[in-house]
Amino acid sequence: MMLKKNDAISFRSKRNKKLIHTTKIASFYLILLIVILMIVLPFAWMLSTSFKGVEAIRTIPIRWIPENPTFDNYKKIFNMSSYNFWRAGFNSFYLAVTCTIVSVLSATMAAFVFSKIEFRGREKLFMVYLATMMIPTTVIMIPNYTILNHLHLLDTFTGLILMSLNNTFGVFLMRQAMMGVSNAYLEAALMDGATLRQIFIKIMLPMTKPTLFTLILMNFMGSWNSYLQPLLVLSSNDKQTLQLVLATLNGQLKGKENITMAGAVISILPIVVVYVIVQKYIDQGLEIGGIKG
Amino acid sequence: MYFPNKKQKLISICIFLFPSMLGLIVFCLFPMVASAIYSFLEYDVLLPLSQVKFVGLDNYRRLFGEGELITTLWHNVKYLIMYIPIIMITSLAMGVLLNQDFKGRRLVQIIFYTPVITSWVAAAVVWRWILSGKFGFINQAFAVIGINAPAWLSDPAWAMVGIVMVAVWKDTGYYALFFLAALKGINSTYYEAANMDGAKWHHKLFKITLPLISPTIFLLFVYNVIAGFQVFDSVQIMTGGGPAASTTVMMERVYKYGFKMYQMGYAAAWSWVLFAIILVATVIQFILQKRWVNYDA
Repeated sequence: MMLKKNDAISFRSKRNKKLIHTTKIASFYLILLIVILMIVLPFAWMLSTSFKGVEAIRTIPIRWIPENPTFDNYKKIFNMSSYNFWRAGFNSFYLAVTCTIVSVLSATMAAFVFSKIEFRGREKLFMVYLATMMIPTTVIMIPNYTILNHLHLLDTFTGLILMSLNNTFGVFLMRQAMMGVSNAYLEAALMDGATLRQIFIKIMLPMTKPTLFTLILMNFMGSWNSYLQPLLVLSSNDKQTLQLVLATLNGQLKGKENITMAGAVISILPIVVVYVIVQKYIDQGLEIGGIKG
Repeated sequence: MYFPNKKQKLISICIFLFPSMLGLIVFCLFPMVASAIYSFLEYDVLLPLSQVKFVGLDNYRRLFGEGELITTLWHNVKYLIMYIPIIMITSLAMGVLLNQDFKGRRLVQIIFYTPVITSWVAAAVVWRWILSGKFGFINQAFAVIGINAPAWLSDPAWAMVGIVMVAVWKDTGYYALFFLAALKGINSTYYEAANMDGAKWHHKLFKITLPLISPTIFLLFVYNVIAGFQVFDSVQIMTGGGPAASTTVMMERVYKYGFKMYQMGYAAAWSWVLFAIILVATVIQFILQKRWVNYDA
């Protein structure tokens, strides 16, 4: 008799536990769903608007799926009289690629010296590099502008590319990675008569590939998304980047948000595609410092 | 590393350091000095160099003499007061979510990170439409539950709230991954011991989790104060400092005086005041950290 009662109690508490467990899981997924919705809805709204006509974007209540979906907005944005959107896209791509190459090359070369080639005062020089990371952009952006002005490099891509030579964070990141490469490899190569340039290209770069790839991604995304620097340096119409054109359209096309949203979709799409493809490297990048738009 | 050939070594050092040093000197160290000098000059970039005048402390006198500095600074502080507590809570919560084991975790992480890789321009453009008075979906959603929401970015009282809202949406995924890394670093035996003692969830949160991730909280706090004083892209694109100058911020003033009005000297003075504020705020935080940051874990 006693035994049976005990069994009943334990059975009931087991059921209770199970119930609590299920509610816990259910509420977890509910919270997850809410957060996902909060993240995704703005993107969905952007997409939805970009396929609507001018009247359709002002309906109450809102319709998430456009009644008469149209590609007009995309056609319009590529056929504007004020800006050439194709050109802007090309400019953004060109700048992102060249700035990334210049910036990564400059950083890796310096990192090679700071990690493997000793000389007097090297550590002090590296401290200077580290210290400059703390200088806010605000302070140096005015002289950077006047310097480019004196060099007659305002409104040129060269100006922006030259500015990307300064990549202190990249130096820091690559130095960490290169310190992990064993000296034995380098000394053996030196014995065989390899030059430092060969060692750099054939040994250092391949052996730090994961970090190198992360740095390339960080710089590419940063450059593609950058707004302030191109805003200051570039002024003529045919030199505008995607971000600059989008920001200008934002002011000009008031009331025609369907067209601006099409522009936003086009500017976001390439970077999202790149991101999804190389996602695992970005995770790695985060562990060492982060990638941001 | 040992080099048999000293001359080759010296030449190599020069060649390898050259691009980076060039960038550092021309676009960072020299500008630093130059901007300090500019702040004592009357310098219109459109006029020839011979027109540049030394005006002593006039720029700083003008800066401190006008009420604009205080108002602008207050807007930055207002941004920080709203942004920092919210972003800390949302990103910690998101970090906790990502720290669980569930199906599709990887996909969820990709989704959470998408706003971060989106450019500020695109995010600001999209959100301006979302927050627009009557037809934006936020206000329509509020209307459904019977709340008459403000016009956000075109309402002086609510514009900064709108900007903070977008910044939280965009940045949470970024800082969540820092919290995720910190949470993964906590030894699970702490929680097991707490469970044995019958600790409630809030005990675990305040006595175990938060103290153990306090170095990460501190790091993000310092970083966000520095970034918050320099907030620019979002403000410039969403409100441009308006409406009725209710969202003017320090960086936006530097941009306006320097690149819209070409008063390089005055703009440089603004930038140095900003630098000083950031420096002081950071030093204070490093002094205060001894009281609450726990590095013993």
